[in-house]
Amino acid sequence: MDLSAINPVLLIASLMVAATPLLLAAIGELVVERAGVLNLGVEGMMIVGAISGFAISVETGSPMVGLVAAMIGGALLSLLFAFLTQFALANQVASGLALTLFGLGLSALMGQSYVGIKPPTMAKLDIPVISDIPVIGPILFSHDPVLYIGVALCAVVWAVLKYSRVGLVLRAVGENHDAAHALGYNVVRVRVLAILFGGACAGLGGAYISLIRVPQWTEGMTAGIGWIALALVVFASWKPWRVLLGAYLFGGINVLQLNLQAAGIAIPVEYLAMSPYLITILVLVIMSADKSRAPASLGRIFHASG
Amino acid sequence: MIKLEKRPQPSRALALATPLIAVFITMIAGGLLFWALGKNPFEAIRTIFWDPLFHEQFASYSRPQLLVKAGPLILIAIGLSLGFRAGIWNIGAEGQYIMGAICGAGVGLAFYPSESFLIFPMMVVAGALGGWAWAMIPALLKVKFGTNEILVSLMLVYVAEQLLASMSLGLLRNPEGHGFPGSRNLKDYAAAHNGELIAGTGMHWGIVAAFIAVIFAYVLLNRHILGFNIRLTGEAPRAARFAGVNPTRLILFCLGTAGALAGLAGLFEVSGPAGQISIDFNVGYGFTAIIVAFLGRLHPVGILLAGLLMALTYIGGELAQLMLSLPSAAIQVFQGMLLFFLLALDLLTNYRIRIAVKGAA
Repeated sequence: MDLSAINPVLLIASLMVAATPLLLAAIGELVVERAGVLNLGVEGMMIVGAISGFAISVETGSPMVGLVAAMIGGALLSLLFAFLTQFALANQVASGLALTLFGLGLSALMGQSYVGIKPPTMAKLDIPVISDIPVIGPILFSHDPVLYIGVALCAVVWAVLKYSRVGLVLRAVGENHDAAHALGYNVVRVRVLAILFGGACAGLGGAYISLIRVPQWTEGMTAGIGWIALALVVFASWKPWRVLLGAYLFGGINVLQLNLQAAGIAIPVEYLAMSPYLITILVLVIMSADKSRAPASLGRIFHASG
Repeated sequence: MIKLEKRPQPSRALALATPLIAVFITMIAGGLLFWALGKNPFEAIRTIFWDPLFHEQFASYSRPQLLVKAGPLILIAIGLSLGFRAGIWNIGAEGQYIMGAICGAGVGLAFYPSESFLIFPMMVVAGALGGWAWAMIPALLKVKFGTNEILVSLMLVYVAEQLLASMSLGLLRNPEGHGFPGSRNLKDYAAAHNGELIAGTGMHWGIVAAFIAVIFAYVLLNRHILGFNIRLTGEAPRAARFAGVNPTRLILFCLGTAGALAGLAGLFEVSGPAGQISIDFNVGYGFTAIIVAFLGRLHPVGILLAGLLMALTYIGGELAQLMLSLPSAAIQVFQGMLLFFLLALDLLTNYRIRIAVKGAA
């Protein structure tokens, strides 16, 4: 074992890359849950985003077009969920599960001819002078653009939820949909839009894995990241900045265990590989003591009677 | 303008009819999917739903497979349905299935090459306990700390998969296997082998267990106070609380039973059709069983029928892969679609659809 082979600067830089898909998916799900909807289909939307983005960028040669396609793919799949839960008034837990099962199958079907292909690479930010500063340069100024979009998105969601009228309406719908309805807000429309936003974010997060982080397509490659994103929203007590913190924490754990695997530590690979999931459970246990932050209407079906 | 009017009571007739309608619509949508993949839709549907049972050449092979595949699906889905009815969402049956297989096979392999007739019963107990213990983790965390059982049980699937890999590469690896991953083949170990009970039918102990589970679940839900409490908690949680239903006991019972049944399914699979612990031993029965449970309307008899139908799509899917080179993922999409249509059609059971003139409402 040689722990000195682990370079802390590269570790932090790769931690940010590992955290980005989680961050994107979780910030989308946070908006959905603040609107009072529990979408358990994050994993399905991510993997569909991953293959949509991968396929389109291979076909067009442009990673940017691929990322847009991934957002559309994720949003389209979430539209199914929106239809089921908002118009057909189906149980949200079951519908979310259906979305994940369907998404995993659909992505495997779509991705058959893309196994083993290398996608076009995305240019990294490379600002002369600034990107070359030792330590800070590689950590802060030499990533792909999506990573910065993720952080910016987090800030935007925070500001919108906290300071804007749109955010207020969204929160009202999530806290008490009957009251919001009585005030004249269109609960279903707000929720459908939130679900679509969540789908687009999850799709982008998925494409980040297949286009930038790995970059390759394999079946089921999201490997539970969508579910960890769901746990992350609970961990963050439905607050955007805590999602960012949590995503970097989880990204750090994942990168660290991968580095330990590579360094040949005495713990078997399988036990290191299960650590992110075990830590997720641990964090859920710690955070579940405080239930007060959950949106009050989370997971409840809204039907405007009369 | 379309308006929804809540029915005072869910329609019984529609509750029975919607699964059938959902299957029918899924066949149409599936046909379109197969057509989009460049296959003849009618041929594909016939290959999936008809040929496994009645094709003169393949039916003799695939008919027994129907029971082999339906057994674990039914066993797991029965356990899941109890929790789903009470609003307890165990979606980690896949992990409990793996743990049942590891524990059961582990006990059997520990006594290799004993010939005692006690080996197999001991494996069954170990399998059930393994699944039960794995399900107790989310159950106890939910009871003690109020942790969300959906996420915990799901996370434990990934943990179980890693454990499975570790076991088949390490502790349970066949010492005479020339270093290849995977345990000894239990088919060559008579005392631990779960063979066919009636030759040529596919019937093994796991299917017997599935039938027993169906009967027990039926009696429990219709004739026992515990079953009544489960239904009450699901349909009217507040009433259940006033009636003095103990939620802690209910959570422990529902998750524990689901885990034990999933563990049993895993044990019967590893000692029978699969034969050995290997890295890719699990094939997703734990997730498909969720669809089976819903398709069967969380009713034991419904689950029995739904399990057989879902087993048919597995076998038919394999046949279609062989004969029409239909990709195996297509059948997964097909199963997912079925759940979608089912959930969407549930609307009709609980609501009346009224066409109202705009403005008149």
